[in-house]
Amino acid sequence: MKLTIKYFGLLAEVTKRNEEQLDFSGTLINELLDTIYLKYPKLKEIDFQVAQNNEIVSKETIITQTEIALLPPFAGG
Amino acid sequence: MTRYDRHIILSEIGQKGQDKLTQAKVLVVGAGGLGCPVLQYLTAAGIGTIGIVDFDIVEKSNLQRQVLFGTSSLGKNKAIAAKQRLLDLNDTISIHTYPEKLTHKNVLELFKDYDIIVDGTDNFATRYLINDASIITNKPLVYGAIYKFEGQVAVFNYQNGASYRCLFPTPPKEGAIPNCSEIGVLGVLPGIIGSMQANEVLKIILGLGNILSGKLLCYNALTTQTTTLIIHKVESEIKKVLSKKESFQNTVEELNCNFNPPEISIEDAFKKRNIQFIDVREKDEFPKVDSLNPTHIPLSELENNLHKIDLKKKKIIFCQSGIRSKKAVSVLQKHNINNSYSVKEGASEILEYIFAREKI
Repeated sequence: MKLTIKYFGLLAEVTKRNEEQLDFSGTLINELLDTIYLKYPKLKEIDFQVAQNNEIVSKETIITQTEIALLPPFAGG
Repeated sequence: MTRYDRHIILSEIGQKGQDKLTQAKVLVVGAGGLGCPVLQYLTAAGIGTIGIVDFDIVEKSNLQRQVLFGTSSLGKNKAIAAKQRLLDLNDTISIHTYPEKLTHKNVLELFKDYDIIVDGTDNFATRYLINDASIITNKPLVYGAIYKFEGQVAVFNYQNGASYRCLFPTPPKEGAIPNCSEIGVLGVLPGIIGSMQANEVLKIILGLGNILSGKLLCYNALTTQTTTLIIHKVESEIKKVLSKKESFQNTVEELNCNFNPPEISIEDAFKKRNIQFIDVREKDEFPKVDSLNPTHIPLSELENNLHKIDLKKKKIIFCQSGIRSKKAVSVLQKHNINNSYSVKEGASEILEYIFAREKI
């Protein structure tokens, strides 16, 4: 499955892109993250949440949609 | 009454809506980048009672985005300086200032007197404190946060809706996500995000439109794109907070959060450039280390003297034995002042090192 991965905040800085296309053949969000971690090991050090088709989901969720967003918390004010 | 005329002639608001604004009580925590625009619009709109919590002092580097302040506010407490400006904008409302740090001890009492809470703070510890207290006191929380060119807006705890912990259950690791004072922020960004927060506050009070509850709006100032993500309420997270209700006020503020303050040897400290030496001993402690030209701030008075800390420099902190200096680094961390190091050696050893160094 071809997925579109969106990166927010610090994650976009680490990956040096706001979004990209990834080929993925697994099932769960967690498996997708393992693939992404291989590409960007630094992401492992950052806390973030995952949204599937603009809906925040747990990392044990089965991937059924093609748009995945990775969202870190922001502290600034 | 012509001040609110442009509100009143809107059929969706009218005199009835304006009266609701007059009766409303809104507490804004943090009078910084986000707090300034929020306060400005809430004051102009005629919110009858506004509270401002901020312990911090206005610094020159704030003026690039904290638009309530001018050069005449430098060195003043932000809550008090904001009030002065806001009363000029609208002297028909009541503004209460709380120039203090929000803690587990004072937060519940403070929130009790207000209808809506606005989070404009700049650190995770306070954001979680505000969220948990909003759940316990059952107040809607209008949240905003920024990072460089991106912002987030949401309304939490609105009519039993999702909370901040339903989105991010636990604070990130200490130092993992930097804040504006460390990495910079586009000045207009908090203006945009803060205005969106003010808009949500007005909608809640007026009962207009769709409240941004159960949703997180993400805004990117560079791409001018917004993404709205759906947040589901996680009952277990809210129950966890409510279960701590009784002991909440007795919770001690976490100083360390499993965080070891960075230590440095005096030898390595001298290798650093652009540094401020800080002596955190009491005034009558010897030996003095005058050749370092240190800033004297006893540990006991550190939190009240944060304005003496040079944010642009690396802070090299020492004391008599290296223990209080470690605590001082933690205190600064708690206030989001990073780039500080505790010198392992005590003052006598530092002095010996300086003498030995001069002989060479």
